Amino acid sequence: MEAILDIRGIRKNYEDLVVLDHLDMQVKSGEVVVIVGPSGCGKSTLLRCINALERIDDGEVVLDGKVINPQDKQLSKVREKIGMVFQSYELFPHKTVLQNLVLAPVIVKKMDRKEAEKEALRLLERVGLLSKQNNYPRQLSGGQKQRVAIVRALMMNPEILLLDEITAALDPEMVREVLEVVLDLAKEGRTMIIVTHELSFAKAVADRVVFIDGGRIIEEGEPGDFFEHPKTERLKKFLHSFAYE
Amino acid sequence: MGFEVLLKGNNLARLLGGLGVALKISLLSVCISLILGTVLGSLMNDRHPLIKGVLRGYLEIVRIMPQLVLLFLAYFGTTRVLGINISAQTASILVFSFWGTAEMSDLVRGALSGIPPIQYESSMALGFSDFQTLVHIIIPQIVRRMIPLSINLITRMIKTTSLIMMIGIVEVLKVGQQIIEANRKSDPNAAFGIYFTVFILYFAVCWPISKLSRYLEKKWEA
Ligand SMILES: Nc1ncnc2c1ncn2[C@@H]1O[C@H](COP(=O)(O)OP(=O)(O)OP(=O)(O)O)[C@@H](O)[C@H]1O
Ligand SMILES: [Mg+2]
Repeated sequence: MEAILDIRGIRKNYEDLVVLDHLDMQVKSGEVVVIVGPSGCGKSTLLRCINALERIDDGEVVLDGKVINPQDKQLSKVREKIGMVFQSYELFPHKTVLQNLVLAPVIVKKMDRKEAEKEALRLLERVGLLSKQNNYPRQLSGGQKQRVAIVRALMMNPEILLLDEITAALDPEMVREVLEVVLDLAKEGRTMIIVTHELSFAKAVADRVVFIDGGRIIEEGEPGDFFEHPKTERLKKFLHSFAYE
Repeated sequence: MGFEVLLKGNNLARLLGGLGVALKISLLSVCISLILGTVLGSLMNDRHPLIKGVLRGYLEIVRIMPQLVLLFLAYFGTTRVLGINISAQTASILVFSFWGTAEMSDLVRGALSGIPPIQYESSMALGFSDFQTLVHIIIPQIVRRMIPLSINLITRMIKTTSLIMMIGIVEVLKVGQQIIEANRKSDPNAAFGIYFTVFILYFAVCWPISKLSRYLEKKWEA
């Protein structure tokens, strides 16, 4: 099957620091790729390079056969197709939940407001937050905010969803409600790249797990092999560091 | 009690007229300050060290200088030294705008730097253009932070207009003094009645404004 996202040899430096070192990666339509790796290894940077929130120093990112060019005037058109949810809650504080959800479809996609609201309510119901539609973000718990943030990304009907440690800032009892939404999306056949430190979640959701260290892919594989029979020393060491926490 | 003088002739109307002068000067100055302050405030986040330095210097000077000194400088100073003849009202609008612009620009700078970068990024990630991000995401948040604070500035300006009688403008306090002066013999208690009325007038104007600012602050607290 054809890759919908093709990352070709991207390199990213911050001055002397090489964060991504000629990294290649393909994602097929409907595939769920989980990225793991030590803190600071460049996972967030990789996701941010994919939708051109960061400039890349070399290589290219190709979505649907088209190169994503940060200088492109049509960049926002490309970004519509890439949904992203960050670690910190980033809902728009001056808008209610419902307004947060319909803003981008109405403004960016010129969707009919009534139609957008209908879709928003349908998705809110799915994540169990229908009753919060008129609340402001400050009135929601962290887990609820992240579920709304996921729905907000889904509202644009993206071709690929990038999730960057979306449960890392949550209290433990809220992690599950968010991850269940993501599992649900995986079942539905959404294409996703997920960065997470929740290894048991990674096992459950991933079609393929990728281990990054030092800005390169060190090892990758389907979750069974990846977690049970790691081949490289670095991955063994990394997985071991989680064992007796 | 000294309130009778108010009903003599058109004394009350004159007091209200004086209040009108004070309000006109402060409202005009606030409008000018809002516009210029927004422009300067956006520039203050500029990385250019010269622009930043000049703007900080300006802000410090305005903070340190008593408004009265600025008023004297603008009114008497310019007439004598520069040979420009500006009216007292123009001079006070200049000074009040000079002051208000500095304060407002600092408020705008603060509001802008208080918006976390992730707000820009999540907006971009949703496909908003730079312009749409500004219009729909950033400016509404800035305005919500700014309005209560700028209302606050309005009340401070209205209060400070009591200084402009020192350069000969007949505002509400000056009118009061004139009335007291004129009735010194016939009504020695006029001072209390008049000053109390002036107090009530300031209160009637400023209290609703500061109430409004409190209300908006509550409503929009994030
Ligand atoms: N704006 C920046 N300027 C300079 N260095 C940066 C910047 N952003 C990230 N870095 C550096 O790039 C490296 C990779 O950062 P990145 O955020 O991608 O790591 P990460 O794998 O997401 O880590 P974590 O698991 O802690 O989120 C880190 O060493 C970080 O310090
Ligand atoms: Mg990260």
